[in-house]
Amino acid sequence: MESRFRVLFLITLVIMLSGCAATKNLFGIGDDEAPPPTSEPPGQVIDPEVERREIKEPAIDREDFEVGAFVGIMNIEDFGSDTVYGIRFAYHVTEGFFVEGTIGQSEASLTSFEVLSGGARLFDDRTVTYYNLNLGYNVLPGEVFIGEGRAYNTNFYLIAGLGSTNFADDDRFTVNFGAGFRFLMTDSVAFHVDFRDHLFDIDILGREKTAHNLEGTIGVTVFF
Amino acid sequence: MRNGWILEPSTTIIPLTSRLSAFSWSACLLALALLAISPGQAEAADDVLRKVAVADPYLEMHTGPGRGYPIFHVVDRGDSIEIIMQRTDWYQVRAADGTEGWVDQAQMELTLKPDGSEVDFARATLDDFTNAKWEAGILAGDFGGANIISLYGGYSLNPHVSVEVWGSQILGNFSNGWMGSVNVVHETWPDWRFSPFFTLGAGVIHTSPKSTIIQGEDRTDQVGHVGAGLRIYATRRFLLRAEYKSYVVFTSRDENEEVEEWKVGFAFFF
Repeated sequence: MESRFRVLFLITLVIMLSGCAATKNLFGIGDDEAPPPTSEPPGQVIDPEVERREIKEPAIDREDFEVGAFVGIMNIEDFGSDTVYGIRFAYHVTEGFFVEGTIGQSEASLTSFEVLSGGARLFDDRTVTYYNLNLGYNVLPGEVFIGEGRAYNTNFYLIAGLGSTNFADDDRFTVNFGAGFRFLMTDSVAFHVDFRDHLFDIDILGREKTAHNLEGTIGVTVFF
Repeated sequence: MRNGWILEPSTTIIPLTSRLSAFSWSACLLALALLAISPGQAEAADDVLRKVAVADPYLEMHTGPGRGYPIFHVVDRGDSIEIIMQRTDWYQVRAADGTEGWVDQAQMELTLKPDGSEVDFARATLDDFTNAKWEAGILAGDFGGANIISLYGGYSLNPHVSVEVWGSQILGNFSNGWMGSVNVVHETWPDWRFSPFFTLGAGVIHTSPKSTIIQGEDRTDQVGHVGAGLRIYATRRFLLRAEYKSYVVFTSRDENEEVEEWKVGFAFFF
C-alpha cells in the first residue's frame, strides 16, 4: 500500500516539475531570455591581436595531486602483527586540507589459541585488505635542516576517515584516525611516516568487541 | 531488528564473494582516477614557462607553499618572474637571478603579462560553485540501520540540472552489500550559498549476509529512489552536502522493501 503511494507521489512530482519547467524554465534548458540586441557592427566585437596572445601562453602546471606507496607493520588485534603494504592517493584542496584514499593489504597471523591447540583454525583466509577515505589537515607546517646548507619543507598532519576492512570472510565498517609526517625531498617528491589506528567491530572470538588495529608505515609519494 | 538493514530468512547457502568486492573495486576506482588525470600532466610538461612582471612595489618569495613559511627573497617592481608550478593557492616562481620560491595568490594577482595587461589568477568563488561542470565527493551515513560509505561524481548539464553516478558500500550487522545508481539532481536556486536540491534515480543493489549468519543468500535487486538535500558552499572548491533518500528495493518476493537513507559528507567542484 505504502509503495503505491510512493509511485503516486513520484508521478505527481514528475508532472509538477515538468509543468514548472514549461512555465518558468526551471531546468534551464535553452536560453533564459532572448539575447540583447547588438548595436555594434559585428566586425568590432573581437580583437584578434589580444586573442592570439592568450593562446600562446603556456598553462601553469598545477600539482595538487599526490600518489604513492607505503609499507610497514600492522597489528590485527588478537591475530599478531604482519607486514602491511598499500597505495595512497591524495588531493590537496587548500594549503591546509587534503582528502586521501588508501588501499592496503596485510596478513592475520595465528591467535595464541590456534597455536596452542595445534590444528583447529578459526578461519582459512588470513588476508586482510582495507580501503579508507580520509580528510587530513596539515596542522604543523614547517622546515627541517640537514647540515648547514640544506632546508626541507615538512608537514605534520592529522587525519581521520571511514572505510571498510575485509577480514575473516566479512567486510567490516572501519573508522581510522592517526597522524603523519610528510618530508618533501624535492618540491614534488615526499617521504611519509604514518601512524594509524583502524577500529572495527568483530565477534569472531565469541563476543562482539571493538578491535584496535595499529599500523605504522613509511612511504614515498609524488606530486603531479 | 536493531541494526539489520536486511535479514532475510532462507534455506539456501551460497558461498560469499565479499573478498573480491572491497579490494578489487577500490583498486579499479583508483586506476580509473589515475587514467583520467594523466593526460593533463603530459600537457603541463612544457619547457616554456609563463612569464609575468611584478606590478606591486615588491614581490615576496616564501620558502614553502603555506602559512608561516618565512620570506627569504624579494623581487622589485618591474622585474619579470617565471611561474614554475601552482600548488593549491601558492605559486612556485623563478626570479631573473635564478632564485626559486613560493608566492601566494594575493600577490600573484598584482602581476602583469608581458603586454602590460593584468593576469587572471582565477580563484574559485561562489560563482564557480553555481556554474562548475564537474563535482566529486564522499558521503557517509545510515542506510536502514546499516553504515553506508558513498563516492559520487556529477556533471552539470546547466546550473539547475546535473547527472550523478554513485557507488556505495553498505556495512550492516547482519548483511553487507554494494549499490550503484544513477540519478538526476534538480537545484531550484543554484546561486544560493545554501542550495537545496531534489533528486530522482535508479540503480542496482547487491546484498550478501555476513559469514556469522548461517541462513541467507546473495541477492541482486533493482532500486529506485527519491530524495532531497542541501549543498553548502564552504570555501574555495569545497562544499558540504547532506541528503535524505528514500529507496524502494524491487525484490522478487511479494512485497517491495523500503529503506531510508541519511548521509552527510563533503565534495569539491572543478
